[in-house]
Amino acid sequence: MSTAELPMRHTVAALVQDKPGVLNRVASLFRRRGFNIESLAVGSTEEVGISRMTFVIEGGDGIVEQVEKQLYKLIDVVKVSDLTKEDAVIRELALIKVRCRPEQRREVLDLVEIFRAQSVDVTQNGMVIQLVAQPDTVDGLLENLRPYGIREMVRTGQIAIARGVKTTSANESESTATARFHQESGRRPEGNLPYVSK
Amino acid sequence: MSGADIVLECLKRIGIDTVFGYPGGVVLPLYDRWPSHPEVRHILVRHEQGAGHAAEGYAKASGRLGCALATSGPGATNLVTAITDAMMDSIPTLFITGNVARNLLGRDGFQEADITGITMPITKHNYLVMRAEDIAPAFAEAAYIATTGRKGPVHIDIPKDVFLEDAEFEWNQDISLKGYNPTATGNSAQVKRAAKLIQRAERPIIFAGHGIIQGDATKELVEFAEKCGTPVLNTLLGLGSIPQDHTLSYGMLGMHGSYWANHAASNADLLIGLGMRMDDRALGRFADLNPNAQVIHIDIDPAEHNKNIVATVPIVGDVREVLSQLVEEFEPTAHPEWLRWIDDLQNEHTESFSVPNGPELSTQYVEACIANAAGTDATVVTGVGQHQMWAAQHMNISRPRQLITSGGLGTMGFEVPAAVGAAVAEPDRTVWAICGDGGFQMTMQELSTMVDEHLPVKMAIMNNGFLGMVRQWQELFYDDNYVSVAISQPDFVKLAEAYGIKAIRVSDKSAVNSAIIEAQEHDGPVLIDFQVEAEGNVWPMVPAGAALNETVESPSELEAPA
Repeated sequence: MSTAELPMRHTVAALVQDKPGVLNRVASLFRRRGFNIESLAVGSTEEVGISRMTFVIEGGDGIVEQVEKQLYKLIDVVKVSDLTKEDAVIRELALIKVRCRPEQRREVLDLVEIFRAQSVDVTQNGMVIQLVAQPDTVDGLLENLRPYGIREMVRTGQIAIARGVKTTSANESESTATARFHQESGRRPEGNLPYVSK
Repeated sequence: MSGADIVLECLKRIGIDTVFGYPGGVVLPLYDRWPSHPEVRHILVRHEQGAGHAAEGYAKASGRLGCALATSGPGATNLVTAITDAMMDSIPTLFITGNVARNLLGRDGFQEADITGITMPITKHNYLVMRAEDIAPAFAEAAYIATTGRKGPVHIDIPKDVFLEDAEFEWNQDISLKGYNPTATGNSAQVKRAAKLIQRAERPIIFAGHGIIQGDATKELVEFAEKCGTPVLNTLLGLGSIPQDHTLSYGMLGMHGSYWANHAASNADLLIGLGMRMDDRALGRFADLNPNAQVIHIDIDPAEHNKNIVATVPIVGDVREVLSQLVEEFEPTAHPEWLRWIDDLQNEHTESFSVPNGPELSTQYVEACIANAAGTDATVVTGVGQHQMWAAQHMNISRPRQLITSGGLGTMGFEVPAAVGAAVAEPDRTVWAICGDGGFQMTMQELSTMVDEHLPVKMAIMNNGFLGMVRQWQELFYDDNYVSVAISQPDFVKLAEAYGIKAIRVSDKSAVNSAIIEAQEHDGPVLIDFQVEAEGNVWPMVPAGAALNETVESPSELEAPA
């Protein structure tokens, strides 16, 4: 009785134990369950031994619910949070190597300024531009630079953090409202996160 | 203490008394220390797959943690089918492999396989232990993970030189895992919502699954069903959770479930799934199972909720605990009209579900005779295919752990090694292995293990010269186009005798009962080659992709345009 759902982009953060093979476990889970990752960023957190993975997943709420639950089944996954539901700061870093003849430099620098990017390397016929922004903004800058000729481009994949006092940290339990939502939808086991076995 | 001694010490601490194993180069340091640990029995199998299924059979029969051991490379990869089987059926098992020495890992040396990479998606969790001091914590965690929550296989891989490394042995059973804490108690608000649905329902039905057996909740199930007057259907692996002669027991639903069970499921107004995962073989086409029914789903694994069927009230928890909570929350109810409706259906459709009474020797007849002679105290282990479905239909599975079968993965060849494991786990019970002539030939090497260990397993081969279920599908869905489905076999009687096993051949209906009694009275393993009719079909049947209310009872119904 699964219903047709509108696909949508979800930003999901997962706190995982920093152990060998954990990335493989997560990647293998996404592959075998047929979940599509648009981007993935991994890095350290405020807590020693805990890494944070940020995924962008395309899919309806049902898919994301399964992603969350399947992630929780991995023993090394400590906490999962769908930041799409939160007011969150979402950022991505892009490095763009663009063709740029000396006489074009001024107009390219104008674009850099408009997008609040930075030029980090300039050569006779090119420039490397760095941009930290929301993914849409990165897309916008790329669109504007395309006519000059993009020689090379790399994006980190987005990372996200909730605004305000709320955190996705291993030691903070989730809000009562979120906990109730999880319990009623059978979304994950009861009890406060992080789980500590008796 | 050496790593090898630590491993054996750990096995004792986690309560493993038997390991099914096969030695090889990198586990030699472990075997070298075995004589100093006689408390742990090692059973030498003839193929690592056999070790894996034996560990499963052991665990399924006893409820205790089963354990299999193999060497690196091919030894380890031979375990893969059994590990996957244990994963699909949530069997608490521990798989141990050796690997090449640490300095050779990743260099494609002799008998190296990336077995932790391979088993990652088919285990509940796995470990590559790189230091002797990490062995004990890994075993303590592994046993805890395998036997709690939704049970399952855990795999530990140990490089050869780690067995030889010395470390202090420190045993700490207080396990603290940040990312693992299964829920036992159901959310009380959810339990109350479920109780309301039960109180209001007019045609409720229970699907009782493997979780009832794994969670020792048979008493709670019967109490719950009786209080709400609700008929109970079983999934294949849930058979045994309620006695078949109980007035509320209506047998198995699903692809080869009874006509009345499948139609009851489709006509209920409340589906109560207990310790089951809403699998397609049990429920048919999900979209048309019963779109208007409310659904209560109780399962310990949150990921099973809303995976295939969206539940009105999902409850995460241990099914035994949740049932004891739930039973307190509603007043006794009864549904005599609803039961009568199912009873009437049953009376009208018994024929497709009954044992053929013609002169031919049918598998159903043989299985019914075995069930009759062995009683519900005996354990029935089956392979996969027609004989398995008929066993589920006709062998009066009424006791938890009475039926040991490969459900989720459907592993042919499961029967012989799993029977070895069951016989080791419960030496006082009669174990009947119901074998297909195809599956038997996949793992018959374990006859030697049976002989070595004096395991009095009674094997009944349902020998029809065909891969029966495949043949049935070719007949019904591929226009009788039989391709690679007739299977020759050795003379099973001579084969058994070559192993030193008593053997009987039966080709006539009149000889069935005496052969069964002779086998049961013999002190040792026995093989009976039942030469059954070649082209029997399992009915009723829900064709793959059809809904449960499209259950057919004869081939003619299939010819109607879809």
